[in-house]
Amino acid sequence: MCAKKVTQKPGEVPTTGHSWDGIEEYDNPMPRWWVWVFYATIVWGIGYSIAYPAWPLISGATPGVLGASTRADVAAEIKRFDDANSAIKQALVDADLTTVSANPELMSFAQNAGAAVFRTNCSTCHGSGAAGVAAGGYPNLLDDDWLWGGDIESIHTTITHGIRNTTHPEARYSEMPKFGVDGLLEPQQISEVVEYVLQISGQEHDATLAAAGQTVYLDNCSACHGEAGEGDINQGAPNLSDAIWLYGGSRDDVTYTVVNARFGVMPGWNDKLTEDEIRAVALYVHSRGGGQ
Amino acid sequence: MWDYVKLVVLGVIAISAAIAANYARDMAYMVNAVVVMIAAAITFLVVLRTAGEVRTVNKNEYMDGVVRAGVIATSFWGIVGFLAGVFIASQLAWPQLNFEFLQGVGNYGRLRPLHTSAVIFAFGGNALIMSIFYIVQRTTATRLWGGNLAWFVFWGWQLMIVLAATSYIFGGTQGKEYAETVWYIDLWIVVVWLSLLAVFMGTLIQRKEPHIYVANWFLLAMIITIAMLHLVNNMAIPVSIFGSQSVQVTSGVQDAMIQWWYGHNAVGFFLTAGFLGMMYYFVPKQAERPVFSYKLSIIHFWALIFLYIWAGPHHLHYTALPDWASTLGMVFSVILWMPSWGGMINGLMTLSGAWDKLRTDPVIRMMVVSIGFYGMSTFEGPMMSIKAVNSLSHYTDWTIGHVHSGALGWNGMITFGALYFLTPRLWNRDGLYSLKLVSWHFWLATIGIVLYASAMWVSGIMEGLMWREVDANGYLVNAFADTVAAKYPMYVVRMLGGLMFLSGALIMCYNLWMTVRAQPARVTSHAAVPAE
Repeated sequence: MCAKKVTQKPGEVPTTGHSWDGIEEYDNPMPRWWVWVFYATIVWGIGYSIAYPAWPLISGATPGVLGASTRADVAAEIKRFDDANSAIKQALVDADLTTVSANPELMSFAQNAGAAVFRTNCSTCHGSGAAGVAAGGYPNLLDDDWLWGGDIESIHTTITHGIRNTTHPEARYSEMPKFGVDGLLEPQQISEVVEYVLQISGQEHDATLAAAGQTVYLDNCSACHGEAGEGDINQGAPNLSDAIWLYGGSRDDVTYTVVNARFGVMPGWNDKLTEDEIRAVALYVHSRGGGQ
Repeated sequence: MWDYVKLVVLGVIAISAAIAANYARDMAYMVNAVVVMIAAAITFLVVLRTAGEVRTVNKNEYMDGVVRAGVIATSFWGIVGFLAGVFIASQLAWPQLNFEFLQGVGNYGRLRPLHTSAVIFAFGGNALIMSIFYIVQRTTATRLWGGNLAWFVFWGWQLMIVLAATSYIFGGTQGKEYAETVWYIDLWIVVVWLSLLAVFMGTLIQRKEPHIYVANWFLLAMIITIAMLHLVNNMAIPVSIFGSQSVQVTSGVQDAMIQWWYGHNAVGFFLTAGFLGMMYYFVPKQAERPVFSYKLSIIHFWALIFLYIWAGPHHLHYTALPDWASTLGMVFSVILWMPSWGGMINGLMTLSGAWDKLRTDPVIRMMVVSIGFYGMSTFEGPMMSIKAVNSLSHYTDWTIGHVHSGALGWNGMITFGALYFLTPRLWNRDGLYSLKLVSWHFWLATIGIVLYASAMWVSGIMEGLMWREVDANGYLVNAFADTVAAKYPMYVVRMLGGLMFLSGALIMCYNLWMTVRAQPARVTSHAAVPAE
């Protein structure tokens, strides 16, 4: 291996005799511990690949002497919980939703399961605490102001089919006209009706414009939002006379809403969640404080 | 005559690029076409101004101009990449920094590949190309083969970087991690990379030393393997010649497996083998000591090269990948532990007899810490490849911490060491401008990495535990948003760690600049002669 005779000082390991740009190499042996740990990992590797599925063959692979399978493991774990919960889940599906709260055991399970379903599926839009996103179009589920009804059956229907989506034929549906964009109202009329809405919601407004706006309101808006702006849960039409606003209640926000309309969409969940999960989350939401 | 051929070719390229920009089907393609047009036009002007001149080259001198350019490019792209990293780390801590007016170009999703490509391929790639050109000349005592081909490699790589960066922010991506570059950039990479291989091989073949130094084994293995990985992972059919989108030839789990075969070996060869090549040259040179063990270098080289290529499946534990592939990925990763550590032992033990230099030479200190981080992350990697550990660590910040202790600690620090080594020699300066500033850089970078890595360990393990937590009925206890909220303090610490690392690099740039500007000249020989 040595390219030439090496002059060796006493006590010093010889070099290989090569030199590149002044770099030499000692002819030290490999550290023993390094070699032995390397061997140990190889031996372990052979053992492990005998124990577990490892070596590919023509069709399939060696199954391993332990018969391990990650798919079987996860299926078994899911089955364990499914078996443990199946009786109470069936009881929840069979129960009359309005009377579940009288059954402490069932209600406790529904609360627990519903909270988990909510955190995983609903909190993305409605927030971890179910308080919605103020002025963002995601309703607060903690108050008693409900767009499509706040009794347990209505909440259950809303979660099952969703709102204004294109995938569920039974989804709740209504559509506010784009009064400005589609030219249904003149700009002057829009500013009048906006002042009127500010008036009935108890905000600062221009009284002259608002007076004129009342006519516009009664002609165009009251069919859905009600004569006094009280809203209509059968059409998902929000109450305009309170201080709660889904998309903001300022003059600019209301004007934007009248001109462009809003079209909040919620997916239906019965193709993703099972009936017991939907019932659990409905009961969870209903019990948050605003349920009717 | 040759100059006129070049002018015609460049003119055709510029005009074709302009036409392509006109027919572009998407923004990324159009911007890229304009970049190519401008690059070809500038090159055209440069060639035109020097056309017909008689150029003399001293064939007995090393070709160092391209290495000097490499030093500048490495420093520049390092700062760009670190800055992008600090910014996206801030975006994760404070999402408001995803400004409304930057949606679609400056949000986290668009900037993340910009950061990873900038640090790996722009900073790391230039560090490798610069080191390859320097090391292969010195250790073969031969001028670079191929004349201006080395300059083509250098500028071709810079063009690739600019094309990749401008396409990412406009949405041009293949959606493959670390292989985001779209099809035409991939083709350009092939051209540049094969030119690099030609320059390297040509120089090796013409070497005046009888033996090939170990650093060159690692560098050659890196160049060849990266070429293979790149070609296989980027097999795609373009949707249109005038668009950036393409369809992968493979699909599903096969495509995922090829991607991580590539992804893992991009780390294994680009960032490990290639940088080991740098380590094997710069550490013994700076320490002025012989390499510890020739035998160890042979055995760990071949073991590393053979084993690394099988370790990819550990990126796909508990996915659609069959169990057998997962097992093999894990087994090969664990066996890879010692071959990786061979490089660490050889690097650290090279300092035996010169440990006192740690007190006086901050550049050596940097290299030692670099090797230390290399050892740590090559232990952590095999550990994380074990299925049971991976089920906790996968998809969490732990992975990010692992990657950065390797990237900032190992790749970053050894590159800084190389830059401090090269600058005075390439510009004939009498040592560095300030060793004190090197010390500052060293401590800022080291503390920054420690902050970064420990924040990500804490945050990763916490989030892994939160994700898997189920109640007595088997329902998840935490929402994903809960884990995001819980990570906030760690994200702030991580950003601070990155900021310190960036500050250190800025100090380095100032120090290198002043070395060139203000240090007295030293007469050194650039003659390409064998050492003995």
